Amino acid sequence: MKITTKLFAILFSISALFFTGSAIAQEAPDVLVKRISLDVLDTAKADKAIQGGNQKRIQALVEAKILPHVDFQHMTALAAGRYWREATPQQQARLTKEFRDLLIHTYSGAIAQIKDQKLQFRPFRASPADTDVIVYSQVIQSQGREPVQLNYRLEKQASGWRIYDINVLGAWLVQTYKGTFATEIGKSGIDGLIVSLAEKNKKLAAGSIKAGK
Amino acid sequence: MTTLIHLRWKTVIALLVVGVLSGCATTNNNPKDPYEGFNRSMFSFNDKVDQIAMKPAATVYQKVLPTFVQTGIGNFFGNIGDVWIAVNNLMQGKIEDGMSDVARVIVNSSFGLVGVLDVASEAGLPKHNEDFGQTLGKWGFKSGPYVVLPFLGSSTVRDTIALPADFYADPWGYKFPVRVRNPGYAVRLIDRRAAVLDASSLIEDAALDKYEFVRDAYLQRRESQVNDGAANEQKPNYEDRDVSGGSGKDGQPAPTTPAAPVSSGTKSQ
Repeated sequence: MKITTKLFAILFSISALFFTGSAIAQEAPDVLVKRISLDVLDTAKADKAIQGGNQKRIQALVEAKILPHVDFQHMTALAAGRYWREATPQQQARLTKEFRDLLIHTYSGAIAQIKDQKLQFRPFRASPADTDVIVYSQVIQSQGREPVQLNYRLEKQASGWRIYDINVLGAWLVQTYKGTFATEIGKSGIDGLIVSLAEKNKKLAAGSIKAGK
Repeated sequence: MTTLIHLRWKTVIALLVVGVLSGCATTNNNPKDPYEGFNRSMFSFNDKVDQIAMKPAATVYQKVLPTFVQTGIGNFFGNIGDVWIAVNNLMQGKIEDGMSDVARVIVNSSFGLVGVLDVASEAGLPKHNEDFGQTLGKWGFKSGPYVVLPFLGSSTVRDTIALPADFYADPWGYKFPVRVRNPGYAVRLIDRRAAVLDASSLIEDAALDKYEFVRDAYLQRRESQVNDGAANEQKPNYEDRDVSGGSGKDGQPAPTTPAAPVSSGTKSQ
């Protein structure tokens, strides 16, 4: 009996090794968000270069720790709304790339401002069967200012939970960009939007180089 | 005497803006922003004033003053502001929050050395943010269209109408003598601008069209403030009316792309 149990245990752990990939991927969304946010926050506070505003370091941090968990394509598709279906695959890919770069830059800018803030996670309300959830958190700042709301919306995909919308201070990112996208596409089509975004990204990249960061 | 004239002047501006708007026949190509023409001009005006005066002053303020002094100033005016926040919470029926704000004022004014130290936050009494516009919203008044006010920035019709109440209720407005009160106004203003310096530079970076970005973010934020974040519990539905592709469950966005959302190079139509 004991030997059988042992064998079973060994077999089980060996097979568990093969399933390690999917086991990690099935990390609960609130656990995932908590893990990566605290990770980024702690790294940002501890790293002198980041505290000094080194954009390259920050973007490396963002790309390593956050990007794998964000679905930019879905985000871009939602922000583009009904125009997404009218776009060619090449346009979709380019639009996603430009929007992604813009968001990375903005997010890195936000991380550059981290000094002594703390993160607080609010109760996670979702049933285990949900495939579309919101994780609620707040950024506690010093100086007696009210906490900054920061919520993430994730969906369950084959590779795990991925973020596809963010809410800061009550405003959802996709919702906020939707208007801008629609106006720009209305004026100069999807290519026009792609060009505007690309130009903006070039300017932002040049700006951070100029600032010596 | 000067207090009343000062406050009345601000009321006049608020009423003027509302009056101009109602008589103004602006281009109505945006149903959610009927005053867009007026708003855009106001926005550019405010932006220039900010670039020329507010931002430089706030930048100097931030660079020159030690952090603890800035914190103290922020706390001091924040404490004064908590009085009206408490009243608004109570008017909205949020008794617990209102009493918490009252406790904040008492604790900070005494133990916090007339409000310079924010001991109340440490003690577990969080800072709230309420104003009469939110109270009106809670009472059922819809926000009305987006309005950009001179100097004051983003607002809505309802909140513009509510502004005079905020001005009259501002305890600092009753501080004598004038030579203390007016510099106080200026310092408070600059302190507030300094507090959002970083955020404003982020918006500069993030926005393609700054006006639109600020408007859309502001309107969402305002709604969220009025219902204290309850709206964020709901998942926004991004479905456009004419996107077929299956209706999701209510409140959930249906997939807008035929391809799987996993990032891949090729998408099939």
